[in-house]
Amino acid sequence: MGMTMSQKILAAHAGLDEVKAGQLIEAKLDMVLGNDVTSPVAINVFEENGATAVFDNTKIAMIMDHFTPNKDIKAATQVKQVRTFADKYDIKNYKDVGQMGIEHALLPEQGLVGPGCLCIGADSHTCTYGALGAFSTGVGSTDMAAGMISGKAWFKVPSAIKFNLVGKPQGYVSGKDVILHIIGKIGVDGALYKSMEFSGEGLKYLNIDDRLCIANMAIEAGAKNGIFPVDDITREYCNGRYQGTPVEYTADEDAVYDEEYTIDLSTLKSTVAFPHLPENTKTIDEIGEKEIKIDQCVIGSCTNGRISDLRVAASVLKGRKLAKNVRCIIFPGTQQIWLQAMHEGLFDIFVEAGAVVSTPTCGPCLGGHMGILAAGERAISTTNRNFVGRMGHIDSEIYLASPAVAAASAVTGYITDPEKL
Amino acid sequence: MNAKGTVHKFGDNVDTDVIIPARYLNTSSHKELAAHCMEDIDSDFVSKVKDGDIMVAEKNFGCGSSREHAPIAIKASGISCVIASTFARIFYRNAINIGLPILECDEAATDIKDGDTVSVDFNTGVITNETTGKTYNAEPFPEFIQDIIKKGGLIKSIM
Repeated sequence: MGMTMSQKILAAHAGLDEVKAGQLIEAKLDMVLGNDVTSPVAINVFEENGATAVFDNTKIAMIMDHFTPNKDIKAATQVKQVRTFADKYDIKNYKDVGQMGIEHALLPEQGLVGPGCLCIGADSHTCTYGALGAFSTGVGSTDMAAGMISGKAWFKVPSAIKFNLVGKPQGYVSGKDVILHIIGKIGVDGALYKSMEFSGEGLKYLNIDDRLCIANMAIEAGAKNGIFPVDDITREYCNGRYQGTPVEYTADEDAVYDEEYTIDLSTLKSTVAFPHLPENTKTIDEIGEKEIKIDQCVIGSCTNGRISDLRVAASVLKGRKLAKNVRCIIFPGTQQIWLQAMHEGLFDIFVEAGAVVSTPTCGPCLGGHMGILAAGERAISTTNRNFVGRMGHIDSEIYLASPAVAAASAVTGYITDPEKL
Repeated sequence: MNAKGTVHKFGDNVDTDVIIPARYLNTSSHKELAAHCMEDIDSDFVSKVKDGDIMVAEKNFGCGSSREHAPIAIKASGISCVIASTFARIFYRNAINIGLPILECDEAATDIKDGDTVSVDFNTGVITNETTGKTYNAEPFPEFIQDIIKKGGLIKSIM
């Protein structure tokens, strides 16, 4: 029986010729990731258990992105604990304010992950790197600590759902609409414990930012990982960037999938997830012109804080002004994206429209800081979760959408189709 | 090893943001996390929960963030065991890794009501609803995971 792409990467890292769904294996890790929220817990576990060395100081990344620049004394204390640990063990990829970006925008950009690598991260959106043909999955802090000590992790080999993408997306339809459409179709536990493997001729219309966005939200369908085959678009992005040795794995032709879906990208429309689950989706034409009034617009995050996201938002906001009483906060994913957006003149467009541009941070996406909602307020957001209280008060609401829809909504003050602006 | 306690019942898709809201993730203190456990889904939970109580929920419990603070907060609040129809996978790993007993049993999770008294035998996976007298059999852990639990958690199993 053939193996899926995810199974092949796991087998190779476990030193096995073959693995089967359901098998429990131990595999070698190429990258172990933590942030300023999860690393302190991992460090506590590491130290309480008397560990005295890390397996490889070049294969650990600690990215201070959630509450940074430190929002309060407790956050500063957590980052200080991580900084001290990183200094002690000479962790090469410790990134603090000035070098840091939002972890899942930063690691691909800096070439710390790439085709064929096996990565665990103490952050659920670690599944993002599947866009590059890696097997990458979120774990907790104890797994992170065990990974830092041993360079290994245990995995239950997942079965997979295959998504055959065909056709060319039209208009403003982006990776965000593709993944929201899929989550709306299969539900927030539709891929529980499984891999989501994307394939098909439609992939050539999805740039690397679209793919990173799609893989990023695999967890919102409960998946263990999301993964894309390596093609010219991946190679062009990773060549000269990825610090490891890229290995291209392909699913066997006789690989077995639990389910297969064909998604015709040409028929998709801009899609919005209503509160309080990413599966509560509606297409933009199902939403009335002045049905959903918004107070805040958030553009950025590990889902949609990349340069193409900012370009689309700028193309919608250019020459326009935000609606009265709408705050629009833009979070570029990394320092490099920030600089590029500035040089391209995108910041002029944002500021002239009445938006603000922040330093890279996870910020309001998880209700951390930099844009918290009051009771009764609504946000349209390019982030990944719209759970109760995720961006602030438990009586606030989050609508998830693409950068184009978010920007158009900021202009009218209501959830709006950018095509109709 | 056994557990017995009063049930705190929740529904589908209880996410880690309501188990422990991110505004409290600026600490890793177990006690501080426990003080805000379930705050955004049941603001009275912390005042109601007693040592040994059991949490029961339906499908996809613990979905969302990978924060280990979620099972830590539940364990530190005094909960002795979580029973659910299904668990989100990162929460499932985290619970095992930190030694919070969890059991998947759809029938029990659906039947058992808030306030029932439930006992659990972890060796056999038998769940007894002492209020109704009904028993259920939960899926036992695979041997590999039982081994991690026996050794006292993931780190102890690798060191």
